[in-house]
Amino acid sequence: MALQGTCREVLDVAIVDFSGKITLGEGSAMLRKMIRERVDAGHRKILLNLGDVDYIDSSGIGELVASFTTVRSAGGELKLLNLTKRVHDLLQITRLFTIFDVQSDEAVALSRFRPV
Amino acid sequence: MSTNQRLEVTLETQLESVDLAENIVMRASEAAGFPEDDLHRIGMAVRESVINAYNYGNSQDKRKKIRMTVEFEPGKMIVRVLDEGKGFVPEDVPDCCAEENLLRTSGRGLFLMRAFMDEFRVQKGVTGGAEVVMTKKLPHSISGNGKH
Repeated sequence: MALQGTCREVLDVAIVDFSGKITLGEGSAMLRKMIRERVDAGHRKILLNLGDVDYIDSSGIGELVASFTTVRSAGGELKLLNLTKRVHDLLQITRLFTIFDVQSDEAVALSRFRPV
Repeated sequence: MSTNQRLEVTLETQLESVDLAENIVMRASEAAGFPEDDLHRIGMAVRESVINAYNYGNSQDKRKKIRMTVEFEPGKMIVRVLDEGKGFVPEDVPDCCAEENLLRTSGRGLFLMRAFMDEFRVQKGVTGGAEVVMTKKLPHSISGNGKH
């Protein structure tokens, strides 16, 4: 299934709920576009809900890392929420848990953003 | 599926070939009796090898082809992905898990192929280019002479 994303805001955090696959091509491009739009709109706290993302390949991983650096370069924070087991395992073996703050509870994730 | 079977596919150098190759190998693996988690790992390893062939080996040149073979030998499945590029040395690819490389946006494909298959090597193809050779042990129930 192609990647789909919908954005909502809770307090000053932009939460993007994704579903589908983040893979080479449209999926990675879609993720890049949505992050760019959020940053351009002035958001500096972004939470990616990947609860319905069942597949990510190396291109998708690369795009998640690019998203992280894009937001960080703008002075913000990007966190991940609700990883499926496969995505969790993928981030674990690639050691990306050392850079991403990953949470399974939305309220907890929201509370971990630094106050502006 | 009995052993000593061979499947050969010539893929166009286009994005759609990545999904196609993954689907073909996952179906063959499913028929060979691999469990669900292994199907996912095999599919992803093949996907990454075809992405490499498409992006780096053939440099997205539509005149070039990607050749994939899937062979079943006693006890193992062998997948080969051959491009028409200049070849590469896997050891020259930076370790994606090293601290200084964690924020790189590429370079994880080879790591995933190694992680998800039992054996992995890159060799010079008979027609030039790089040939990625990946092996996965068949599930115990069908190893041997292909008898269940």
